[in-house]
Amino acid sequence: MGKILRVNMTELTAKYEDVPEKYALLGGRALTSALVADEVPPDAHPLGENNKIVFAPGLLTGTNAPCSGRLSVGAKSPLTGTIKESNAGGITAQKLASLGIKAVVVEGRPPEDGLHLLVINEDGAELVPAGKFAGMGCYALTRGLWQEYGANSGIISIGPAGEMRMALAGVSTNDREGDPGRYAGRGGLGAVMGAKGLKAVLVRTDKTFDAPVKDPEKFAEAVRKLTKALAEHPVTNQALPAYGTAVLINILNEAGGLPTRNFSSGRFEGAAKVSGEAMAEAVAQRGGKGRTGHACHPGCVIRCSNIIPDAKGEVLCTPVEYESTWALGPNCGIDNLDHIAMLNRLCNDVGLDTIETGVTLGVLMEAGVLAFGDGEAAINLLDREARNGTPLGRILGGGSALAGKLFGLTRVPTVKDQGMPAYDPRAVKGMGVTYATSTMGADHTIGYSVTANILKVGGFVDPLQAEGQVDLSRNLQVATAAVDASGLCLFTAFALLDIDYALPSVVDMINAQYGTSLTVDDVFNYGKEILKTERAFNAAAGFTAAHDRLPEFMKLEKLPPHQVTFDVPNEELDTVFNF
Amino acid sequence: MQVELQLFATLRKYAPDQPLDKGLVMNVEPPLTVSILLEKAGVPLDKVKIIMVNNRHAGFDQELAAGDRVAAFPPVAGG
Ligand code: SF4
Repeated sequence: MGKILRVNMTELTAKYEDVPEKYALLGGRALTSALVADEVPPDAHPLGENNKIVFAPGLLTGTNAPCSGRLSVGAKSPLTGTIKESNAGGITAQKLASLGIKAVVVEGRPPEDGLHLLVINEDGAELVPAGKFAGMGCYALTRGLWQEYGANSGIISIGPAGEMRMALAGVSTNDREGDPGRYAGRGGLGAVMGAKGLKAVLVRTDKTFDAPVKDPEKFAEAVRKLTKALAEHPVTNQALPAYGTAVLINILNEAGGLPTRNFSSGRFEGAAKVSGEAMAEAVAQRGGKGRTGHACHPGCVIRCSNIIPDAKGEVLCTPVEYESTWALGPNCGIDNLDHIAMLNRLCNDVGLDTIETGVTLGVLMEAGVLAFGDGEAAINLLDREARNGTPLGRILGGGSALAGKLFGLTRVPTVKDQGMPAYDPRAVKGMGVTYATSTMGADHTIGYSVTANILKVGGFVDPLQAEGQVDLSRNLQVATAAVDASGLCLFTAFALLDIDYALPSVVDMINAQYGTSLTVDDVFNYGKEILKTERAFNAAAGFTAAHDRLPEFMKLEKLPPHQVTFDVPNEELDTVFNF
Repeated sequence: MQVELQLFATLRKYAPDQPLDKGLVMNVEPPLTVSILLEKAGVPLDKVKIIMVNNRHAGFDQELAAGDRVAAFPPVAGG
C-alpha cells in the first residue's frame, strides 16, 4: 500500500516507512495537510528545524486516469504563516507514485550551511552533496541534472530565490522536454526547501503509469467515462488547447474585473495585446518551436499549456499562463507579450512565484520604485537584483505585503500577506469570498468562483452582487479540496461541474483503485475534512475570523468601470465554514 | 444606429480580419437585440455562451441602444 520516504536533513538520512492506516486513503493535498497538521507544531518558525516540507502525488496519480499527474507540496508557509498546499503538473508526481511513494517528508535542518540533492532511484534513496549547484537557476540546474543523471528524470528544485529563503520563492518541477516551468509557486515553499538546504529532488525512473490498481477492468471503464466527458466539454476540448488559460484575459477585461496597475482599475487598455488570442497568433506567425495545445505531463488530454517562441522561433517560455500573464502584464501596466514571457522565464529560472512577483512589482510601481509599464526595468529587477539578492532584490523577495509596508502604502492587495491573483474581488465578488476565507491566504484555485461568476460554468451568480457568493465559494472550496487530493488537474472541474456522469466516474476510479465503496457524498465529506484539518492548524497558529478579511481599501476605493466596492458583510464571510 | 460587436476566441472566425483590439462597428436599425445583432454578423447563436453588454453579463434578448458595446464569447475557461 505504498510507503513514505522520510528525509532528515539534520542527520542527513533518507529512510522508507510504512504508511500509517489513517493515511491510506489520503493523497495530494489531503495527505500534505494531514502530515503538516500532525507533525509540524503550529508555532514552528516556517524556516526553522521544526517545519517540514511534504511532497505527495494525488490518489489517482501514476495511473492512466486522464490529467491525473499533479504533485502537491505542503508546509507551514513563510509568506502567510498558515498551512499551505501548492500543486503543480510536470512529470515528477507520476514517477513518485509509480515507485509506490505516497509522500516524501523532509524535516530537520542541516547543522551547517550547504546544499544537498535527494536522489530517489528505483531501489532506494540517498542524499548527495550539491554545493556545485549553489546559486544556479532552474534552467541550468535541470539541464545539468538530466546530463548527469539521465534525461527524463523528474526534478523538483529551487532557484537562487529559494536558497536565499525569499518569502515568494516557489518550487519548480519539469515537463517532458526538461523545462522547469511547472511551479508549485505559491506561499514561499521554495524558501522552506532552501532553509533545509535541499536544492533538488531527483526521481530517476521511466515508470509513469505503474501505480497499483485493485480492479483494472472497472478502473478502465471509469477512465473511459471521464475521458469522454473531457472530450465532450467545449472548454476542455477547444478553448484550453487552442488559446491556453490566457483566453481569460479578454473576458475578465470585458467583465471589468481584470486588476490593472496594482488593482486601480478593472480594465486594461492593452489587454488584447497580451490575450490568449494574441499568444495563439504569435505562435502561428513565429512558428519554430512555438505551440499551443501542449501537455504538461503524459496522460493529459486537455493540454492547456503552450510554448511561446521568440522572434526566431526558439523557446522563450513555457508555459505562459493566465495568472502569470496578468501578474507580470496588466497588473504592472505592461502590454508587451515578449516582456511578459521573459519575466515569466526569469521567475522560472530565479525560482520566484509569478503571481507574488507580479503583485509585488505592482506595489513597487505604485511606490515609484519603477514605472508602470516599464517591462525592461522589471526584467532588470528580476535578473540583476532578485537573482543576486541585492537589498532591492530582497525587498521584492519579501512579497507584496512587505513591500506595501516598507513604502507606506494602503493599496496593497493581499490577504494573510499573500498577493491576490487575477480577479478583482470588487467586480468578481465570489472570488473575494474565497480570497478572504481561504486557509492559505489570497488564492484563486482553492474556490474558483469565476466559474459561476464569469464563465457560466456550474450555473450563474451575478459577479457584481453580494448575494449568493458565500454559498458559491463554500461549495467550491469543499469540492476543490477533494479534487486537490485526487491528483486530477483542477481543469477537469469544468467538466465535473457541467456533465452529470463525470464526478461519479472519478469516484468509480478511486473505488476501483483502492477497493473502497465511496459515494459522491463521501467526496464532499472528504473535502470538508481537509478544510477542517487546515482550519484547525491555522487556529492553533493564531489565525482568527479577523484574518478572514479583504484589505480595507477594497471596501473604500471604487473600482472602475463598475464603480464597485467589496460589500459582502463580515458576518456572512464568517459562515463559509459553517459545517 | 451604431453599435460595436467584438467576437473573441473561436468566434473570431466569423470576423477573421478584425484586429484583436477592435470590435466591428455596425449600423443597424432599432429595435435591436443581442440575438438580432449576432445573426446580422453571421454568428450562429449556438456557438455563443457568454455575452456582455457594456461590461455586464447579458442574454440574447437584451435590447441594445446606440453606442452599446457587445462582447461575445464561446465557452471558455482557464485559471
Ligand atoms: S490541463 Fe494544463 S495544467 Fe492541467 S494537466 Fe493538462 S497541461 Fe497540465
